[in-house]
Amino acid sequence: MKILVCITNVPDTTAKISFIDGDTKFNKTGVQYICGPYDDYALSRAVELKEQHGGTVTVLNVGEAESEQVIRKCLAIGADDAIRVNTEPTDSYFVAEQIAHIASQENYDLILMGRESIDFNSGVVHGLVGEMLGIPSLSPVMKLEIDGGVAKMTREIEGGKEDVEASLPLVLGCQEPIAEWKIPNMRGIMSARTKPLKVVEPVGSGLTITEKYALPAPKGAVKMIPAEEAEKLIDLLKNEAKVL
Amino acid sequence: MVLTDSKSSIKGGEFLIKDIDASQIFIPEEFNEEQQMIAQTCVDFLRTEVHPKLDAIDYAKDTSLMVELLDKAGELGLLGTAIPEEYGGFGMNFNTSMLVTEACGGGHSFSVALSAHTGIGTLPILYYGTEEQKAKYLPKLATGEWKAAYCLTEPDSGSDANSGKTKAVLSEDGKHYIINGQKMWITNGGFADLFIVFAKIDNDKSLTAFIVEKSFGGITMNEEERKMGIKGSSTRQVFFNDCKVPVENQLYTREGGFKIAVNILNIGRIKLAAAVVGASKGVISTAVNYANERKQFGTSISSFGAIKHKIGDMIAKVFASESACYRAGQNIDDAIDTLLASGMESGQAKLKGVEQFAIECAMLKVHGSEVLDYVVDEGVQIYGGMGFSAEAPMDRAYRDSRINRIFEGTNEINRLLSVGTIVKRAMKGELNLMPAAMAVGKEILSIPDFGVVEEDGLFIPEKKAIKNMKKAILMIAGASLQKFMMKFEEEQEIIMNLADMLIETYVAESALLRVEKLIILRGEEACALEKDAALVYLHSAIDKLNSAGKVAITSFAEGDELRVMLMGLKRFTKIEPINLKDARRRLADAAIQKNGYIFI
Repeated sequence: MKILVCITNVPDTTAKISFIDGDTKFNKTGVQYICGPYDDYALSRAVELKEQHGGTVTVLNVGEAESEQVIRKCLAIGADDAIRVNTEPTDSYFVAEQIAHIASQENYDLILMGRESIDFNSGVVHGLVGEMLGIPSLSPVMKLEIDGGVAKMTREIEGGKEDVEASLPLVLGCQEPIAEWKIPNMRGIMSARTKPLKVVEPVGSGLTITEKYALPAPKGAVKMIPAEEAEKLIDLLKNEAKVL
Repeated sequence: MVLTDSKSSIKGGEFLIKDIDASQIFIPEEFNEEQQMIAQTCVDFLRTEVHPKLDAIDYAKDTSLMVELLDKAGELGLLGTAIPEEYGGFGMNFNTSMLVTEACGGGHSFSVALSAHTGIGTLPILYYGTEEQKAKYLPKLATGEWKAAYCLTEPDSGSDANSGKTKAVLSEDGKHYIINGQKMWITNGGFADLFIVFAKIDNDKSLTAFIVEKSFGGITMNEEERKMGIKGSSTRQVFFNDCKVPVENQLYTREGGFKIAVNILNIGRIKLAAAVVGASKGVISTAVNYANERKQFGTSISSFGAIKHKIGDMIAKVFASESACYRAGQNIDDAIDTLLASGMESGQAKLKGVEQFAIECAMLKVHGSEVLDYVVDEGVQIYGGMGFSAEAPMDRAYRDSRINRIFEGTNEINRLLSVGTIVKRAMKGELNLMPAAMAVGKEILSIPDFGVVEEDGLFIPEKKAIKNMKKAILMIAGASLQKFMMKFEEEQEIIMNLADMLIETYVAESALLRVEKLIILRGEEACALEKDAALVYLHSAIDKLNSAGKVAITSFAEGDELRVMLMGLKRFTKIEPINLKDARRRLADAAIQKNGYIFI
């Protein structure tokens, strides 16, 4: 089985977010990058499936050279090789276009990625890739088993779960608990440096230009209203918070 | 500016008489991506597997959880970092194994079990075993299939390790040694499959080491010890009753055991220093997080200067201790490389390399363990009333820290060792101490310079201060040695003072050199906080050196000599004052904003 796992290089969840160049660019100074946590689960499941069924796992990242540290960590976790499309991932369509272009050159049985990245959180890349390749896409997938050429999945839906089956090939957006989160072991780390990491140039160009970023307004202090002054609470909800 | 790569032959203890260039030291910012990934694996392992189970580990009814965790660490390869690849390990260099130890240092009882297994449990075989012994045991220890313990201490033989009473007698058929005796404070005792046991053969004066498998029989144990801290680490008294050990399991030479014990402890000491740096960083982060969350007088307590002082001081101390650890670690690696290049066998080269820096190993153990004790104490204080509650994390941190000043040689023994080894090397002519001490003796009788600094460059006044700190040590060591001669070693109080002066000098110099190298690599603007940390440390180190120096001088000098030496000490501890409050505040503010320890 050939599996392609698409990963994002995202700021650590504790990173301090700020912008530069007139709020048009994310300030990367001092920011620690990690592999998108949902992508991490996708990769872990891919490695488990490889252990069960044999095959290969290729990691794909659309990003600049700074992503390579995270890519090598994916190789340490158990991917066999990696491809980096050397460009800034400006928007979802552009990223999907790159993934579809790479995927169309090989016959992948599964294209796995996180349900969404945790920086821009658009959550549409898997759907776009499926559409571009003309194969089904599902998300968010929280359980995945492969039986013959058929994928048996559990998908989270509003208020519940859905068990679904589909034939391969497939594009899936993954989330926990699809696999146990993996820590790279020493052997993996030491073998990562010898695994191939191919850098290719992008196709097409981004469709959007960021005009301005803004952080959410800081949260105000909590106001405590005694139970016997419910009228005051209603007044505040109506006139200050304007939610009633 | 380009750094010259001059792995020049710095010898252990030579820092006292040589000026060291920043390009000669290794700084932790230089660890490569692979090494950082290895450290991250350790941190992730602690975060996901150990930290959620700290209570379960400490209050476990049996050792199964600890064994399970060690097995998992073994699966990740964390038990085999120092073991060569041909024996199933990963053959990493000394400083990488230091980094692994630091990254695993915040795991409380688990860290102790891990260190005992990978350090004192495994290393005697790695460094002193025959080819057969290594091939038989190391692969099992590297994966964690077998767990190891180290049996040296006895009820009446602690710091005086060579006075042990455990006996080994050759069986009539000459095939076995029969071991009888009692060992105490045996870490991992409850679940170990293999014991490194020190015993005296017949009426030998000195110890011999043996590799004892639990399956050999004749091994019984007392219940788990009830301890102040590291409650989850298995600590047992182990009894050997006619334990039959095949003669081929004698480790190294007859009566070579004490040498093994001493050399393995050298490694244990510097590794302990790395582990406590890791633990200290964790405690600082926990304390800063609490200070940010805890509101009093309508604001986070982290906004108060009294708390910022503590945070700034904790950070400066840990930064400095860490700088010294990896500086010495690299010196050891370089020494090992030189010995390997000269054709020495790998295990021997590693031992000799570490032995050469025995002084630094002892100093770092003392410093690191005392910094952690300072950090946990202030951690409790920042937590206030909650710090005294067993529900909050500082309770465990405080109790678990204390053992570090006791095991791997008490800090008193290590202070004696650091000074004693310097004196011994000077007497042997290996360390050219006497001319340097005589030059200082002359200098204090001459007209002092008035602090005019004409050179250009980084940290010129600070480097002069370090140089002067060394002169203060040479002055007092030289005079007291001259006074007491052969009876010097009986003057333990003065030796303790001298050890404190040595430690403060080495650590302050390490922090300063680290920042200097960092500035050369990254520019001054990017290293402002590191500079604050190094300067906060340096100024407090000078104060400590001054105070220890005074106590030492007044312990033996009188009249004119006393006056001249006190004047000399004053001259050697002079430095232009800076606003340390602001420097500490800058460190604290950065930590408060980051909600944790600020450097790597």
